[in-house]
Amino acid sequence: MNPLAAILVRDMRIAVRVGGGALIGVLFFLVVVTLTPFALGPDIALLARIGPAILWLAALLASLLALDRLFAGDHEDGSLDLILTGRAPLELIVAAKGLAHWLTTGLPLIIAAPLIGLLLDLDGRAEAALVLTFLVGTPALTFIGLIGAAIAVTLRRGGLLLAVLVLPLTVPVLIFGVAAANAAVIGPVPFGTPFTVLCALTLASLVVGPFAAAAALRQEME
Amino acid sequence: MRLSASDLTCRRGGREVFAGLNFSLGSGEAVTIRGRNGAGKSSLLRMVVGLTRVAAGRLILEGGDPEMTLGEQVHYLGHQDALKPSLSVGENLRFWAGFFGAAAADIGAPLAAVGLEELIDLPAAYLSAGQRRRLSIARLLAVKRPIWLLDEPTSTLDTAAQQQLGEFMRAHLAGGGLIMAATHGALGLDNAQELTLDRKSALQTLEALP
Repeated sequence: MNPLAAILVRDMRIAVRVGGGALIGVLFFLVVVTLTPFALGPDIALLARIGPAILWLAALLASLLALDRLFAGDHEDGSLDLILTGRAPLELIVAAKGLAHWLTTGLPLIIAAPLIGLLLDLDGRAEAALVLTFLVGTPALTFIGLIGAAIAVTLRRGGLLLAVLVLPLTVPVLIFGVAAANAAVIGPVPFGTPFTVLCALTLASLVVGPFAAAAALRQEME
Repeated sequence: MRLSASDLTCRRGGREVFAGLNFSLGSGEAVTIRGRNGAGKSSLLRMVVGLTRVAAGRLILEGGDPEMTLGEQVHYLGHQDALKPSLSVGENLRFWAGFFGAAAADIGAPLAAVGLEELIDLPAAYLSAGQRRRLSIARLLAVKRPIWLLDEPTSTLDTAAQQQLGEFMRAHLAGGGLIMAATHGALGLDNAQELTLDRKSALQTLEALP
């Protein structure tokens, strides 16, 4: 079996087993979005207007949840030592782990988003735009998060540091994700403009994330 | 195949752990590394794996695969078992066999060799310390690599399993493999070289403390 496929399958298996992080993210996402109408009151016009922003914020926080265990688990049980003796480049292994993380935490968010959008009175057009921005934007959140997860790998309470490190880096993704979703509903900017920037941010993070994370891991393992 | 070190020096946290270490190990030969706690036995093994930086000196492998680094030709059996508690015994071993690119990912024979074939579907969380160690040893049998680096391999193993490990090691040496093992006890290898790490430099640092 290909080493990268082996990593991908193993990480996804662990995520969906007991104690894995797959469902935690999507449950957290549902809870945060569900709480919002209670906090803001039953103003349907207001909810529809800020709906995309709420969903994006919730998705951003949810994608951070399982991230701190991404490398820390492998570091603590010695798997990372053995992974470094494998023949696959660390950059690709990091990317495979990122893909597994996205498939188990990012993809469920995208599936849950249309359902939860109903709570915020989003119409069909807004929901379609939102799902599209999630599909393009959530991989960027994961792959930027890889860098933080790699830097915090040897720390016992790395989760908090991870959030502090990663959240500022995700600001551009948040801005253009929400802007694209809003543009589809309210205008006046055409949907394509912020959406193209979002695509570019994702492509850049897919390239930079694994290299930066692998460099950080090599440094930490010394 | 010959693994040799010349003037090897290890520094951890700014402190010299050992210096000027020389050894040479050919095909079919084993070396046991001895020394007190903190003498640098594990650091030496991790250095050969490539996990600890070589502060000075050289590590040379002659006759190995020129396409691969030294670390890619070793099996490292460290203190940690590298097992995932939520995966079953079979899934854990199958993952490592697949990750290291074993041609035939047949894990039945290695599992039977370490006596875990009946537990193949049991989550690794339920294994005892000795069974976890045996599952790690099965990894060495499932994937062929010429150099075995064993860090306290017999800890947590019962007497029968220790003898079994001795047989695995003798078979590996008979097949032209190399073994470096850090241990306090006996390994059951007849003509293994001994490499003793003394802590002269480390002790001097300790005595210099107020």
